[in-house]
Amino acid sequence: MKLTSRYRFSASHRLDTPALSPQENQKLYGKCNNPHGHGHDYVLEITVDGPVDQNGQVVNREALDAVVRERVLTRLDHKNLNADIPELAGSVTTTENLATLVREALTKGWTLPARLARVRISETARNTFELEVG
Amino acid sequence: MFLTRKAEFSASHVCANPAWSTEQNQAVYGNNANPNGHGHNYVLEVTLSGDPDPVTGMVFDLRELKEILNREVVDPMDHRFLNKEVPPFDRVIPTTENLAVEIWKRIEPQITREGVSLHNVRLYETTDLFVDYGGER
Repeated sequence: MKLTSRYRFSASHRLDTPALSPQENQKLYGKCNNPHGHGHDYVLEITVDGPVDQNGQVVNREALDAVVRERVLTRLDHKNLNADIPELAGSVTTTENLATLVREALTKGWTLPARLARVRISETARNTFELEVG
Repeated sequence: MFLTRKAEFSASHVCANPAWSTEQNQAVYGNNANPNGHGHNYVLEVTLSGDPDPVTGMVFDLRELKEILNREVVDPMDHRFLNKEVPPFDRVIPTTENLAVEIWKRIEPQITREGVSLHNVRLYETTDLFVDYGGER
């Protein structure tokens, strides 16, 4: 059985890679390259997978919420992804890279009985990125 | 091909083990353990798997599927207190997980037929929390 819980965080970012010239960055990332950055209300979905335990749960809700809050939300919410997140220093703050960061932050030291199965992030209501955890 | 039909029902429940103390229940079920119960607008998404019938062009008759969902889920559960009015939740704790398993048990035998199977039961307890059950034990 899979259980999915949805969370929200708001953050700013700017897409820009040092591998390209300013003109090339502007051409590639368009508005997302605007120099002072911009923000999104991200929606994060965390899916865990496992058998239903004797309490009738795949996972204790409060334990899952606490892990996501401590390892992800408090670190990302109301932050500038380019400036405030050391793990993203040197990489482009695309939602693809953000999803990978969230997966790494959660899998390292994961102690909940259910397996982390999927990380899904919506940058806006129109753009969603999904990462299966093998 | 997958076919998904949605149904809604609103119900109240308490998630608590009667053998435990208030503190134990609070630790496992949080405020879902509040003794007098609380409610949710549950949203059910039932997904069937099968090939479209060569004559009708349908995987499953949607009117029949609606009737099955109404008869087995919506009519008995909508505007009810699950623990008090909907067996087996007088003895099985009505977590969203257990509710999804019970819904699967009720509808699966009526859906399964040649070329059609029940693929997934997704049950939203709130817009921010849902479970997916595919019949595994």
